[in-house]
Formats: sequence, structure tokens, C-alpha cells
Amino acid sequence: MAIRTFIEAIREGLADEMRRDERVIVLGEDVGKKGGVFLATDGLWAEFGDDRVIDTPLTESMIVGASIGAAVNGLRPVAEIQFADFIHPAFNQLVSEAARMRYRSNNGYAVPMVVRAPYGGGVHGALYHSQSVEAFFTHVPGLKVVVPSTPHDAKGLLRSAIRDDDPVLFFEHKKMYRSVRGEVPDRDYVVPLGRAAITRPGSQVTVVAYGLMAHYALEAADRVADEGISVEVVDLRTLRPLDTDLLLSSVRKTGKCLVVYEDNRFGGYGAEVAAIVAEQAFDYLDGPITRIAGPDVPGVPYNHVLEDWFMVNPEKIADGIRRLAAY
Amino acid sequence: MARTSVGLGADVGLSNDDLVAMYRLVALARAIDERMWILNRAGRIPFVISGQGHEGAQVGITWALRRGHDWVAPFYRSIATCLTFGMSPRDIMTAQYATANDPSSGGRQMPGHYGSHEHNLVSVSSPVATQILHAVGIALAAKVRHTDQVAMTFMGEGSSNQGDVHEGLNFAAIHRLPFVFVVENNGYAISVPAAKELSVEDVAVRATGYGIPGVVVDGTDVLACYVAARDAVARARAGDGPTLIEAKVTRLTGHSSDDQQTKYRSAEELEAEKARDPLPRFREQLVAAGVLTDAVLSGLASEIVAAVEDATTYAEAQPDPDPSTALDWVYAERWPSETPPPWGLGRGSEDH
Repeated sequence: MAIRTFIEAIREGLADEMRRDERVIVLGEDVGKKGGVFLATDGLWAEFGDDRVIDTPLTESMIVGASIGAAVNGLRPVAEIQFADFIHPAFNQLVSEAARMRYRSNNGYAVPMVVRAPYGGGVHGALYHSQSVEAFFTHVPGLKVVVPSTPHDAKGLLRSAIRDDDPVLFFEHKKMYRSVRGEVPDRDYVVPLGRAAITRPGSQVTVVAYGLMAHYALEAADRVADEGISVEVVDLRTLRPLDTDLLLSSVRKTGKCLVVYEDNRFGGYGAEVAAIVAEQAFDYLDGPITRIAGPDVPGVPYNHVLEDWFMVNPEKIADGIRRLAAY
Repeated sequence: MARTSVGLGADVGLSNDDLVAMYRLVALARAIDERMWILNRAGRIPFVISGQGHEGAQVGITWALRRGHDWVAPFYRSIATCLTFGMSPRDIMTAQYATANDPSSGGRQMPGHYGSHEHNLVSVSSPVATQILHAVGIALAAKVRHTDQVAMTFMGEGSSNQGDVHEGLNFAAIHRLPFVFVVENNGYAISVPAAKELSVEDVAVRATGYGIPGVVVDGTDVLACYVAARDAVARARAGDGPTLIEAKVTRLTGHSSDDQQTKYRSAEELEAEKARDPLPRFREQLVAAGVLTDAVLSGLASEIVAAVEDATTYAEAQPDPDPSTALDWVYAERWPSETPPPWGLGRGSEDH
């Protein structure tokens, strides 16, 4: 076992898959010599060359659209969108094209493609370098959406995503790139898509989270443990397809469910989690399904006081746990 | 930008057999298309989107590719392109009826949204111009994998205004990808005339902005279209990069079966456009050159009538898709979380 930062694990995952499978290419803005603005692709251009590590123009729709075509003709593209905030010009290619290609061709065509994008706030990124965009895409059948929280999962899930035969959106919380470290096996391993994990067992409240919020949920669970509240943390890891079995079994055990997400509260991914729990575990609930989520403003404001107000943090989650536990 | 004009077949390296086969495809596409409208007006199929007037350009240009090797990302008027690239009249007609065995989509897509993995025809969607990026990506893969393939995409001049076209041409030109971009300019984006949708008379002049050749060709001249495409494909295959071909065609029908073009085009204009029908023009060319004799023409005519009749009868008899298959192929595999609706999955289409 080696200790790796979150971004080192991603970089290793990319390099390992490119060594394993020559069909894997990387394309995006600044991914070549510079190695990406966050250095996720650092060293790949030197090792794999111009044909497999491609600096693109500033054209997000093209990055995704050409990746679709390249996937149709035998490659396994891993596209990088420099910030998730800038993925919207590619929305049509992702939603109308990549997501529907298999369905609309009755399995004639598939799009084995990964689109990586750094997301999330708390880094002084303001409205356009902080967004959580997962809910736009988890809404779309045909897309798979992955949000890892640990170096182990990031590498293992990235490998699974690259080997998967469907389009996968792979969102990486940029605040975790260098602040999160963890053990990563030296061997060739994968973390399967569609499987959540219980990262802390508990008995009184289930906290459902993903990405950076999965870490904050663990911190919050620590804080309330001293107060005698036993929290189980479910790290979803893959948002679609959702691991409903693990989610429901946890809620049926604890009887209480708090959903945490950094995105705006209204219509966010956690709303779907809440709906599924309400529909399928209602008889087990001892309290309302509640949400701790970002406020409903159009973006994360820049000033640090405003940003702190926006961001969900361990204490805000702990408060939510306390209220739900007391219900 | 160059304007291409050529004489008849032998000059351009096509045999008489080639010419007859090309004529057959133009006439076959027209006959299928005309049958589609009859079926629509008879209430048999709810929607038609037509290629009438475009067939000559489509056959001439597609003929320059290697079938079963190269790639085409077509659009919704590409009936003749799809026939030229290997789809059969039955394939086209089952798409109109949206049957379970429609090879384009198994009845999932509207008519006109063709596609065939077997024939390297990328599945068509309805948002326009998205396919240029797929063709560019296919060309990128061809270059990276050294497959010697050329990727070609087709769209109307209306679609050519979309941003994806700019992004795609720029990237294809930067990397000198084996890519050919074909614009079938019929002068209208549904009801909006070219003067109100294009800032230039010829889309092809825009090629200059990407540092690639732009060619205007008379889309009613099948052989001129072939020559333009042959040269572009040769350039692409040789590693010399993409070409923009603009074929000036005419749209002989409304935009679709839900459009009445007399509302925005004058009777005089529509009458004059009939003179630009590629089918009689190609026929007269080939007759004058002695390639098409009365005997060949009458043989083709009865073969085409029979093919259209067969395709229609066949498609009429094919079953609808069963709703029990409606959840198939959202993903490669089925996921427990991707559940059926509360009303379940019906068995047998007669229930739906």
C-alpha cells in the first residue's frame, strides 16, 4: 500500500489504463505538456505522445462530441473538462448524443467514454469555478455518474469507468485534490461502478453523502458521537446507477436519513435519494428525511465570508444530525 | 474555393456499370421517398422527412467512399446516402414503420433517423449538426489507429450555422484529419431562405477560415458531385486534411410531412425548381451518352417498382416492438435501480 493524494491516484489510474490498453486516449484543454491545470494528466504526454494525449482548442462541445465519435470508432477516450462549470456547452452532446446513442440505435452503437471534470466549492472559485453539476446529468438515463471521495476509490472507479462500455461522467472535488490522502493498493484493482460503501457503521441516523461531503459527514459523525449519537455514513460513490440496496438497507436499520450534498438544495441529487427512501423505506422511518445542502443562490459567491456561508461544512451537518436524532 | 464542373462518366474514371448503378440508386431513393409520402397521406405512417432533390448529390458524393470501410455520419435527408452505403429498401421502409426489426433503431426513433452499425452509418439524432463532431472523432480515431478510413458527414446549410460546425472544422483542420464535410444547400432552413440564414452566398467560402479547401458543386450534377468527393476523399486519405464540399441542391418537397412550403415559397419559384431535379437530368445525361438504353431503363423501372413494393409489404407485416423491450439498452447491462414504471412492462404491443 502506498499513500497517495487524491490527484496522484487519478493520475496513476489514467497512466495505468493507458499502459494497459492502447485504445485509451486523453483529450482536453491544457492536458498535454502542461499536464492539466490541476496536473491530473502530468507526465502522460511525455510518456504517450501527441496521438494519445491531445491538447484541444477551447471547445467543450467538440471535446465531448469528438470523444463520442472516437469511441464509436474503437478508441476509449478520457476527456477532461477543465472545470465542471464549463461543461454546459457540451450538454447537448452529453445528453442528446452520448446518453442516447445505445438506446436510439437499439444497441447498434455504444459510447465507451469517460468525461472527467473537477467540481465543487470552498476553494475561492466563485460562481464559475465552484459548481456542483451532477444533478444535471444524474437525471439522464444512459449516463453513468461517479463522484469518488478517496484516493483508493478514485483510482479504482476511474479504472472501472474507462473499462465500462457506457459514457461515464467522473466528477472530482477539486478541494480534495491535494488535501485528501489515503492508501492505494499497488496491485491492479478496480472499484465497481454502482456500489456504495458504508464508511462508518452506526445505528441511529444514516447520513448519505458523496465527494467532499462524504468526508464532512464523517467529521460530523465524530462530533456527535461524543454526544451519544451513533451515525452510519453511506458514501454513494456512484450516483447513477444508484446502489439502492445498500442505501435502503442502511435506512431500514437506522430509521432516520439525512442527505448531504453541496449543490443547490432545490432539485439537487439528494432530492432523488430522499424520494427513493420515502417510497421504499417509509415504514421504517422514525423521522422526516431531511437535507443539508447548498443554499439556492445561482452560484458560490467569492468573498470568503459569503463562501463560508454557502458551503456545507461538518458543523452544519452535525446540526442536521442532532435535529434529526432528536426528532 | 474552386467551382467544379465536368462532362460525362468516362472522363472521371467510372465504368458504365458504375453509372447505371448510380442512376439506379438515385431513382430508387426517389421511388422510396415518393412511396413514403403516399403512405403518410394514406394514414399509414405518421411522419415523413424527405430527400427529394438531394439524391443526386448524395449518391455522387457517397459513391466516392469505400463501403464497409469508411464512415458516414448522415442526416435526416440521407436516404440516398444510406442506400449507397449499403442499407436496403427494407431497411429504409422499416424505419418509416418503426418496426421491431428496423435496423436503424428498432422502432425507437422517428422516421428519417437512420443508422447502421453494420454499414458504418452513425445513428442520426434530431438536434442538427451534432453529427459533425462524431465524424471528426471517428476521423481522429482513424488517424490514431492508422486504419486508413475517411469519415464524412452530411447536413443542410441551415444546420451548418451551428456552433458545433465551427468547433469541428477547426479541430479537424488543426490535426489534418481524414474528414470530409458535405453541406447539401437547398436554400431553405425549413421556411427561412438562405439570405436570412447565411451571411455569405456560399457556405464553402467559410472553409477559408479553417485553412481548408472549400468546393461548390452543382448538386444536380451527379458526376460533378462524385468528382468533388473523389478528390476530397483522396486528399483526406493521403493525410492532407479535410475538405468542405457544398452541393447546391433543391428541396422538391416541404421540410417534412408537417410543413406546407407553398406558405413561404411562390408557385413560380417551386415550378422553376423542378428544372433542378437531379433525377431527370442524370437520366438524360446517361441516355444521351448511350449508357442508359430503353431496355436498361425499363428493366430498372420495373426492378425499382418491385423493390419499393417489396419493402412496403415487408415493413407493413413486421411486428411493433414489444414494450417489454423498452427498458433494454439504456446501458450495456440492466441495473436494479433502473426500475420499470408502476404500470410495469406490457407483454404484447396490442395492449399499448
